[in-house]
Amino acid sequence: MIEASVIASPILGVVFCLLHVIVSLVHTWSHLVHQIQCLIISSGLLSKYQNINLNRLRHLAVVIDSEDAKNKSKVHQLLCWLSDIGVKYVILYDIEGVMKKSDKAYEKSSANPSETKCMDFAPNMPLIFDMFGMTVEIISYTDGKEAVAKGANYLCSNYLKNQDDTLNKLGPKFTEPDISSALKAVGHDGPEPDLLLVYGPARCHLGFPAWRLRYTEIVHMGPLSSMKLSAVVKVLYDFSKKHQNYGK
Amino acid sequence: MSTISERFSILQSHLEKNCKSKISKISGYVGFIMRKLLFSVLSVGPIPAHVAIIMDGNRRFAKRHSLLQDSIDPASGHRLGFRSLITTIQYSFEMGVKCVTVYAFSIDNFKRSPQEVQMLMDLMREKIEEMSAEDGVFKALDVKINFWGNLELMTEPTRLSAKRAMDTTVHNKGPELSVCVAYTSTNEITHAIEASVRDLKGKDQVQVSDLERNLYSAGCVEPDIIIRTSGETRLSNFLLWQSDFTHLQNPKPLWPEFSLRHLVWAVLEYQRVYAYLKNKKEGIEKNK
Repeated sequence: MIEASVIASPILGVVFCLLHVIVSLVHTWSHLVHQIQCLIISSGLLSKYQNINLNRLRHLAVVIDSEDAKNKSKVHQLLCWLSDIGVKYVILYDIEGVMKKSDKAYEKSSANPSETKCMDFAPNMPLIFDMFGMTVEIISYTDGKEAVAKGANYLCSNYLKNQDDTLNKLGPKFTEPDISSALKAVGHDGPEPDLLLVYGPARCHLGFPAWRLRYTEIVHMGPLSSMKLSAVVKVLYDFSKKHQNYGK
Repeated sequence: MSTISERFSILQSHLEKNCKSKISKISGYVGFIMRKLLFSVLSVGPIPAHVAIIMDGNRRFAKRHSLLQDSIDPASGHRLGFRSLITTIQYSFEMGVKCVTVYAFSIDNFKRSPQEVQMLMDLMREKIEEMSAEDGVFKALDVKINFWGNLELMTEPTRLSAKRAMDTTVHNKGPELSVCVAYTSTNEITHAIEASVRDLKGKDQVQVSDLERNLYSAGCVEPDIIIRTSGETRLSNFLLWQSDFTHLQNPKPLWPEFSLRHLVWAVLEYQRVYAYLKNKKEGIEKNK
């Protein structure tokens, strides 16, 4: 039995590696196809990518891996691109709050600092400012579940104030609009993004506020270091053609 | 091993109910052995403990294959989808996955026509009773079933079937199957807030841990993978709270087309990003 497992384990290991080589080859091929598509888009040969209809894109979110987010010039470049394309509201998210601490860097690197109005940094609150005519909201992990807990405490204090009310004798009864109002009252009432771009090694929202993700289209863009304007244009074009049933 | 092979031969015969030939039994065993070898290879790397699935594409499949034309069964796409569900559950549990969660019916789906809603509720009741039967899937795999959602919104016969299935399987020690019915994440969070506020009793503040204790999914590990078939990229209000470090996958096949090779591919993709997601999760837990 021991001899069989000694023989079997390396064989299993080799087959396992072979399977992952196949997966890597498929990814390499997809990446190549994607690069060719981006080349064609950036050449301007396809007119459909020149004027994208952004009517349905009211709010765009970008989740960036915190290590990638330390590259402030890349983040700033991305914001410039989004502003040039015509995006009006961008939500930037990284799990550790690196971008919240860096907001002053975006102000300084802006061509016209007077166009950028910044609020003071507060680690547990969203940061909102204007940049190139676009509203930028910066949030982190503490704006997700902890914000919902804050909202719950707000609802709880209102509920306890109305202890004498007959309805309350049946126990607390909240609706989803109540939760939304509570989040607004505690300063966490940001909009739901229509589209969310993920820059990082994996397609994962990394704790983006759950209350705001109901029907958000989530697209993985790869590492921030290899971001391309044409890739962003392609995603926005594909989004403009999307149709949602909303459960119907 | 013999206990497992006995269990799966019972399951195989459940799937091939009408075909009693020796050949189908032998091919069932051969298939089981081949899968066992394949899963042994996959197990060199991490196997997800919890796989969640948004079973999208039943109606499109039926339309694409003209199943609804001249058909007296408008649920044909969903019936084929159910078959995919059984095989996916079987293969997942064979692989070593401990929990499978499926998004069967959203609160938003009540917006569909009353006839379609009734048909789906009836189909669900039929399948719950089929799986709960003496020779059914739950017994074969020793599955514990949970139904997550605002069950009061279900039709009464279906709700009672669900409750009976939960009561029958509560002591089962095998893998867990959680079916989200009349469910949305925002409704789940609202319910958790209500329960947390109700339970306060002199404690000062509601904490995140209180909310998590009152979710429908309390006690279940967070999903490692969420698979949404049909290539759609949104979560549609499914497990939003629980998916902070979940690998989100959106394979193109419609749900009735989802098969073993798609499941294997999903696990291989997960293994590629496992170290990164584990690192991110541990980073946040360290800071709590």
